[in-house]
Amino acid sequence: MKIEIMTGNEAIARGAYEASCHLAAAYPGTPSTEILENIADNYADDINSRWASNEKTALEIAAGASIGGMRALAVMKHVGVNVAADPMFTLGMTGVEGGLVIVSADDPACHSSQNEQDNRLYAPHAKLAMVEASDSQECKDYVKAAFEISEKFDIPVLFRMTTRVCHAKSLVKLSDRQEVAVRKYEGNPRKYSMLPANARVRHAKREELLVELEEYACTSPLNRIEWGKSKKIGIVTSGISYQYARDVFGDEVSYLKLGLTYPLPSKLIQSFCEDVETIYVIEENEPYLENKVRALGFACVGKDRLPLLGELNTGIVRKALTDQPDPEVYKSEISAPPRPPVLCAGCPHRGYFNALRKRKRDIVAVGDIGCYALGINEPFNGFDISICMGSGFTVPIGLAEALKKQGDQRKVFGMLGDSTFFHSGMTGLVDVVHSNANVVLCILDNDITAMTGHQANPGTARSLTGEPARVVSIEAMVRATGIEEDRLRIVNPIDQTAMDAAIDAGIKAEGPFVIITQYPCALIKEVARTFVGKYCVIDQDKCTKCKSCLRIACPAIALKDGVIQIVDRQACTACGLCMQVCKFGAISKVGE
Amino acid sequence: MRKNILLIGVGGQGTILTSKILTAGLVELGFDVKMSEIHGMSQRGGSVTTQIRYGEKIYSPNIGEGEADIIVAFERSEALRGLPFLKQGGTIIVNEREIYPLPVMTGAIAYPDNIIENLQKTVGNVLFLEADRIATELGNIRAQNIVLLGALVAFLSLDGIDWSELVGEMVPPRAKELNQKAFAAGFDFYRAHTAKA
Ligand SMILES: Cc1ncc(C[n+]2csc(CCOP(=O)(O)OP(=O)(O)O)c2C)c(N)n1
Repeated sequence: MKIEIMTGNEAIARGAYEASCHLAAAYPGTPSTEILENIADNYADDINSRWASNEKTALEIAAGASIGGMRALAVMKHVGVNVAADPMFTLGMTGVEGGLVIVSADDPACHSSQNEQDNRLYAPHAKLAMVEASDSQECKDYVKAAFEISEKFDIPVLFRMTTRVCHAKSLVKLSDRQEVAVRKYEGNPRKYSMLPANARVRHAKREELLVELEEYACTSPLNRIEWGKSKKIGIVTSGISYQYARDVFGDEVSYLKLGLTYPLPSKLIQSFCEDVETIYVIEENEPYLENKVRALGFACVGKDRLPLLGELNTGIVRKALTDQPDPEVYKSEISAPPRPPVLCAGCPHRGYFNALRKRKRDIVAVGDIGCYALGINEPFNGFDISICMGSGFTVPIGLAEALKKQGDQRKVFGMLGDSTFFHSGMTGLVDVVHSNANVVLCILDNDITAMTGHQANPGTARSLTGEPARVVSIEAMVRATGIEEDRLRIVNPIDQTAMDAAIDAGIKAEGPFVIITQYPCALIKEVARTFVGKYCVIDQDKCTKCKSCLRIACPAIALKDGVIQIVDRQACTACGLCMQVCKFGAISKVGE
Repeated sequence: MRKNILLIGVGGQGTILTSKILTAGLVELGFDVKMSEIHGMSQRGGSVTTQIRYGEKIYSPNIGEGEADIIVAFERSEALRGLPFLKQGGTIIVNEREIYPLPVMTGAIAYPDNIIENLQKTVGNVLFLEADRIATELGNIRAQNIVLLGALVAFLSLDGIDWSELVGEMVPPRAKELNQKAFAAGFDFYRAHTAKA
């Protein structure tokens, strides 16, 4: 048997392969993104995989495959489940033909997310089965189990991961793929056409099946008791928290380690809790397990001592639940300088934010989620509001009304990227046009989904698996909504003359106005190749040290050893933005 | 036996490849191994950490404050950021390399002086290594991570497998020789350093 060290995400991909998953669809989002990338890289012959334009479409594509008889996987980050919630809740009623597994990758502590939310609460709400893994081996094994549970109990399975499970590596024993044939599509309108009459019947059926599933959960190998040296302390836990508990308490205590966590196995929890003296419930974020333990009538230690916010770790668990001292920590007299993430050298968003900043007094800007979110930092302070994907085009509509009502003359600008436009910006554009909103919408098209690590999107000429794909034209879509020539500017954002003119035209316009910036992400490999050997240089005789070039916050330019210089020639792409902000003509390009 | 290793650096310095090679070697040596890293903003010049734990049986994939047996700082000031994770009596290997964060570049704050002296004052075991210079002399600064890997493997006394061969397998073919030399240079540097001490 082959053993490999894998991330949880790699193990999910492997598990899908071994389980004979036939189709996988996803929209990228940290920490889930690598699951589909791994499927495409390693199992493309066996699993039909694709990026969808958002999580709702991803889940619906997977649902169609499942209803058609395939084993199907839909993958998303935690907030993606909010987007996919509409089909997900109804699929909870319909059930499945081929197994349907929905991966939700949660991000406690918001390492790379706009919020912290515990998606375990979705399972009881949408009436889905739920599975949680605590390391890569379990990721692989439990995905296989999830497909089986899904088919056996006619239910979609929510596979709940967290950042530390997704991105941690541990050893995995590989198995062969067990071929499962696609089930023949028979068609069953009463089960899959959710009109009220059918929906009522399905709801009753779902409740019946959940009772059966809970019976199963009490004996499932995914839920196990590990008796330790003593029954004085019994720990109820799931997911990564199990690992922290193990690190702190070792074999001294007993564990109820839960892997099938909806429906929760009441009888099993009851018998474990009766057998131990004191119950600790160790879990991140919401008191999901704790509420169950309490509802069953047991007192326990949980969120009264463990934090509700952020991640747990071994140290937090130790401090909260034992009287062992914290390890001593070294402290130095000096501390590390802050190292905030920045827009890369050559990033097109820098040109946009630099131009926007010049008209700050006339504009209120609304941002969105993408690399351009970094524009909120110094020195650009590029927007005031950023809520969720797509909101960059819709929040401005209401905000403009609010400003108008209070006599605030400033123009509201909204911004989002190409991937975000396809995800949920298109509908906002339609709202703006149809309601004749007096706002300026900016689509920052860099040819790629950059923030999450360069995934293809409908505007890209290749698919997830590298095949040529038909490009959906953003410009054509904008024009199709009725935006006329004089309400549209398509500009190179590095070209400050054009960028300034577009922003000024937007400020002056009455009613909807759209700016599309077009310039590729500097990290795209084929693009980066064209920069090799090109960089800017600063003529020290002409430089007056006015620092204008430092105010564009380019990581290739620095004040070092008393002079302003291009400190990183490899990073510099010779985009030329710094040349345009230098009033003394001190900067020029080399290598063209 | 359980060992905790923290790698800390700046996006683009090759911490991820380093940890990949190290964990592959540890697996080959028969250890239980876990590794944890936070991706995300790493490509945008932020600070990156990778945590590796190995031993007979490992549970948590991440390391808490005061728990790392060794820290390898790929960038000088990142050593300060990693310091709270060091166990009492632990060792810290610091690359000489300085990479200015944006607030330093724009002159808003100063890059700290005397980092090494400060570390030496606080921690007993500090190994200062010019991995960037060594790699540059060997042909490409990008091999600095493998110089550091060599020193780390020497520190951990991980005998029993051919590390040079493993490095050769895991780097791009055209960079094989350079990286094998880089590994040897780091390894020898550590051995020479401890022989002196
Ligand atoms: C609902 C939801 N799904 C996924 C994500 C993860 N995510 C953050 S930004 C982003 C895409 C950004 O791409 P784009 O709009 O093209 O901007 P770029 O980063 O390329 O500038 C994604 C997928 C999210 N935050 N929310």
